[in-house]
Amino acid sequence: MRQISYREAIREALAEEMARDEQVVLMGEDVGCYGGCFSVTSGLIDIYGPHQVIETPVSEEGIVAVAVGAAIMGMRPVVEVMYGDFSTLASDPLINHAAKTRFMSGGRQSVPMVYRTPMGSGTGAAAQHTQSLETLFTNIPGLKVIYPCTPSDAKGLLKSAIRCDDPVVFLEHKNYGLSSLIPEEDYTIEIGKADVKRKGTDLTIITYGKMVSQALSAALTLEDDEISAEVVDLRTLRPLDTEAIRASVKKTGRAVILHEGPAFGGFSGEIAAAIVEDEDTFRALKGPVKRIGGQEIPTPFNKNLEMQMAPQVSQIISVSLSLFS
Amino acid sequence: MPYSFASGTRKDVLALMIRSRVFEQKIEELFTNHSMHGTTHLAIGQEAVHAGVALGLEQRDWIMTTHRCHGHTLARGADLFAMMAEFFGDSRGLSRGLGGSMHLIDMEHRNAGSSAVVGSSVALATGMALQLKRQNRDEIVVAFFGDGASNRGIIHEAMNMASIWNLPVLFLCEHNGYGMSSPAHRMVSVSSIAERGSGYGIKSDSIDGNAVQEVYSKVREIRQWMMEHQRPYLLEVKTYRFSGHSKSDKRVYRSREEEAQWMKKDPIEAFSRVLIAEKEITEQEISDLFEQERAQITEIADFFLNDHQELTLRDAEQYVYASGGDR
Ligand SMILES: Cc1ncc(C[n+]2csc(CCOP(=O)(O)OP(=O)(O)O)c2C)c(N)n1
Ligand SMILES: [Mg+2]
Repeated sequence: MRQISYREAIREALAEEMARDEQVVLMGEDVGCYGGCFSVTSGLIDIYGPHQVIETPVSEEGIVAVAVGAAIMGMRPVVEVMYGDFSTLASDPLINHAAKTRFMSGGRQSVPMVYRTPMGSGTGAAAQHTQSLETLFTNIPGLKVIYPCTPSDAKGLLKSAIRCDDPVVFLEHKNYGLSSLIPEEDYTIEIGKADVKRKGTDLTIITYGKMVSQALSAALTLEDDEISAEVVDLRTLRPLDTEAIRASVKKTGRAVILHEGPAFGGFSGEIAAAIVEDEDTFRALKGPVKRIGGQEIPTPFNKNLEMQMAPQVSQIISVSLSLFS
Repeated sequence: MPYSFASGTRKDVLALMIRSRVFEQKIEELFTNHSMHGTTHLAIGQEAVHAGVALGLEQRDWIMTTHRCHGHTLARGADLFAMMAEFFGDSRGLSRGLGGSMHLIDMEHRNAGSSAVVGSSVALATGMALQLKRQNRDEIVVAFFGDGASNRGIIHEAMNMASIWNLPVLFLCEHNGYGMSSPAHRMVSVSSIAERGSGYGIKSDSIDGNAVQEVYSKVREIRQWMMEHQRPYLLEVKTYRFSGHSKSDKRVYRSREEEAQWMKKDPIEAFSRVLIAEKEITEQEISDLFEQERAQITEIADFFLNDHQELTLRDAEQYVYASGGDR
């Protein structure tokens, strides 16, 4: 095992896949000598050259659409878009084209591509650079949506995404310095499988992305109140590992769902549905299913306000405790 | 040049450029010593564009700017206190501390703000022009964008609409050679972005953006022409940002030699030389100007370093919808 950062893990996955298959091509703005907006791709152009690392103009809709076309011809593009917020621009080729090509061709044509972009607040970049827009994509049959938290999950899942024959939306959090141990050997992680990041018996916190760290901190504190919280990291949002969610909630009888974006219309609704729609899981519930999302406002520039945007550990603790009163 | 600054005002023009330079240097210092949070995009080196355009317009005209918006905002006459406050996230800021450095907006001075989704504001500005035209108003909108943003499809869509509808929008491409790290010669299909006007039937030109008198004169001339012909226009101004792209930029994508070459074309020094040669100002007076502006801006920054006010989250909520609550 080695200790590496989230950033390095993603870079390693890219590098290993580019080395394995020259059809794997990284595309994006400033991904060359600048190393990308968050320095994820630093050094890759020196190794793989312009044949596999393509620096593009500022044309989000265009480059994602070009990637779709290239994928149709056998390339396996990985497109980096600087901020998840620009997914609004990139969404036409993803939603109307990549997601539908296989189906509309009666299964004759696939679009093997990965769309990578970071989401979330905490960087001081204000309202147009800090959103969590995963639900733009989770409602689209034909897309797979991944949002890993840890370096090892990021690496294994990105490698699977690149090898996947369908278009995959790969979301990243901006805590790129987050580090943890990852296996030495070559490995992949199956898309669509949740991971229990912490075992517990009294309560299940279901989350993904950056909020996994918050959930783990909350779980640690809940121990002081003699509450044993299980943390389920979904890792993939579509396809959703409903079995893992239900198995945990059936065991604990209590569910708190957590994500960074606003709860209203958020992905937490889908998770809640996965719990209550299942007869056995529903019967196992000892209390209401709780959701915690970010503030229902655009992200303020002011630092103190921005820091209150995402769910706070204290909030996770108090909501969890409320299920025991 | 068909238009020149009114006699006796050139010193004020220089002062305006110096104010912009010094203001940005102060912002850089405050970001570097972590008194401010987030990121910032400085336009040091591009002051002639800001001053030349702002002074070439009528007060009643409009601008919509970019992520690199400090200079435009200042040149249009924004209150320096409110500007500085915004950088500190202070509730006395232009946007009460909610917008920050990339989103300066100042409707009082007909600065309709900026988009940090680069290029998108160009179409919004085109929409502003549509309304001006419907109302038969004798005003134009300047849509600023960079060489990098010039590759966004939306700009091309906007130019087409402005052309078919004869809208009073001046597309103003501030060509500073780079979009973040990407040099225009690798990213833009033409050597002059002005050439792209012809694809939309829009008259265009390209000028030296470091010569404030030339920018001013050209903008006045274009404004006149737009009014007479009821047509949009595309102006490219060639300039250079001396600063990095943003706070964290190590400028690995360009050489120190290239920077040194452009430093020789510093717009403030260039204009200073003209004014000195024409005996409108002395070297001493110029350094006094720098001192005065620095003193003024330092005083404002110090004020906010010591006296911070900010909204609460509940305060901020009232600015999401017109009614102030959920709808
Ligand atoms: C749609 C979009 N894509 C990417 C970015 C990230 N970004 C911020 S500034 C910038 C470069 C813009 O270059 P240019 O338009 O030349 O303006 P300059 O920074 O030179 O003033 C990029 C790519 C963005 N803000 N918006
Ligand atoms: Mg530029």
